[in-house]
Amino acid sequence: MSAPAATVAALAKGLAAGEYSSVELTRAYLERIAAAQPALNAFVTITSEAALATAAAADAARAKGQAGRLTGVPIAHKDIFCTEGVRTTCGSKMLANFVSPYDATVVAGLRGAGTVMLGKLNMDEFAMGSSNETSFFGAVHNPWDTKMVPGGSSGGSAAAVAARIVPAATATDTGGSIRQPAALCGVTGIKPTYGRCSRYGMIAFASSLDQAGLITVSAEDAALLLGPMSGSDPRDSTSVERAVPDYTTTLGDSLEGLTIGLVKEFFDKGLDATNEQRIRDAITVFEKLGTRVREVSCPNLPLSVPTYYVVAPAECSSNLARFDGVRFGHRCKSPKNLLDLYCRSRGEGFGAEVKRRLMTGTYVLSAGYYDAYYLKAQRVRQLISADFAQAFQSCDLLFGPTSPTPAFPIGAKFDDPITMYLNDIYTIGANLAGLPGMSIPCGFVDGLPVGLQIVGPHFSEVRMLNAAHRYQQETDWHLRVPAAFA
Amino acid sequence: MSLSRADIENIARLARLELTEAEIPVYVDSLSKIFAFVGELDRAPTSGIAPMAHPLPGLAQRLRADEVSEPNRRDTYQQNAPQVEAGLYLVPKVIE
Repeated sequence: MSAPAATVAALAKGLAAGEYSSVELTRAYLERIAAAQPALNAFVTITSEAALATAAAADAARAKGQAGRLTGVPIAHKDIFCTEGVRTTCGSKMLANFVSPYDATVVAGLRGAGTVMLGKLNMDEFAMGSSNETSFFGAVHNPWDTKMVPGGSSGGSAAAVAARIVPAATATDTGGSIRQPAALCGVTGIKPTYGRCSRYGMIAFASSLDQAGLITVSAEDAALLLGPMSGSDPRDSTSVERAVPDYTTTLGDSLEGLTIGLVKEFFDKGLDATNEQRIRDAITVFEKLGTRVREVSCPNLPLSVPTYYVVAPAECSSNLARFDGVRFGHRCKSPKNLLDLYCRSRGEGFGAEVKRRLMTGTYVLSAGYYDAYYLKAQRVRQLISADFAQAFQSCDLLFGPTSPTPAFPIGAKFDDPITMYLNDIYTIGANLAGLPGMSIPCGFVDGLPVGLQIVGPHFSEVRMLNAAHRYQQETDWHLRVPAAFA
Repeated sequence: MSLSRADIENIARLARLELTEAEIPVYVDSLSKIFAFVGELDRAPTSGIAPMAHPLPGLAQRLRADEVSEPNRRDTYQQNAPQVEAGLYLVPKVIE
């Protein structure tokens, strides 16, 4: 079997028709992964043996007539998801040797649906980054131009799907970590509503913002995979008790009469002009599909980045207190006393950006500063959330760019945290308000992909996937593959 | 807003992070910039606005019965521990 460069939907059909076995398919992807790893560094751990064993079991299940629609389809997981018996690093030296004793609920759900795990994907350390340069395991490279960043923090997931070395990948999004790398790598990304997927076994960054999702070739693939990873979970009390629809049955619905809101604040002076043109081009496709377009304003949205850089660090400084060098994770050599054990284990185990956010969060939560920073930010968060609610009074979905510019060179923004943080200026709002968001490929600027962002009301994944799928039936941006990996 | 070296040393102590001599000036500079940047929030009119604690308004936190639901997997969990002995996690002596 030669280079598989297909969608999950096509692979599922091929498996069902007996065109190839899961073992053959898995072997083909493992070969592609091995060939691309030196150029992309998309994987932290490749689980070849386990993958081939799972694939063989999938083939056996199929032979007995027990196959579901995803049985035998290979995927990979962001290394933030705990995988039983497999190293789970979260891109950090702190967890470089951590072998998870259990599966994340998302991982178990996709395993239960019959998918085959190929390995664990590289990411920014503890998901803190927008370029995948903060990983302890080295930067990930963008398959469209390996001198460029893939975006982050789910950079490994986005690069791997873009290069077609995995058919689809899980990812997580706290401030844009699915949508921004999906945009920069020319693939489809979906961050569901807060609480749609269980956070159990997904290593915590900022618990009121974190949400699991997917990076795929197409919206149809996202619809196929989202069901098995969604639903309420007794192990995550913030997962929402609400029925999970079959996201695939409504993909082809008409968009006639749908109202799309263009958020004025998304088309600000920071948006690259050619990037903007690609977004405008995409909107004309939606108009041809029968949607109405109107401009709306979310006046507090420009405050989303400063709000996020109070709330997210505050939550991470609490969450990452568990890394104490005692029960798991890195421990320093010959500690003098308990305090020395904590401070040196953490100082050695965490990278520069993680330490920056831990200190930012510690400060905003400390005595005398809590009201001025943390409570203030939570109040502004309420305003931003209310702006979205207001916009959804007159619109079904909101559209805009995913990121201000296409991919930038590795190293270009690494030493300037504020410039780096502003990469997420268009994505953070959805996290603050708990809304679902997507990014879909909508063209290129100088050979680099551009992403169109779709934000919907809470639990509107059905409508978002429907809109994205109809667009992808009219365009082929999502099917473009970087020449070096074709 | 400008933070001093002493501020950074204090924050690092609260965060239980040992910083190297080379790291301190880097964080003096970048945290000062971050707090200047988040100072923009002061401009937002928030009087009478309740702080938002949960991204899904109106949802109550679920509770469950206080019953044992997980098996004891101590031996498995301790395989990831840096130092254990007889089922106990070892740390430097705390009480003389």
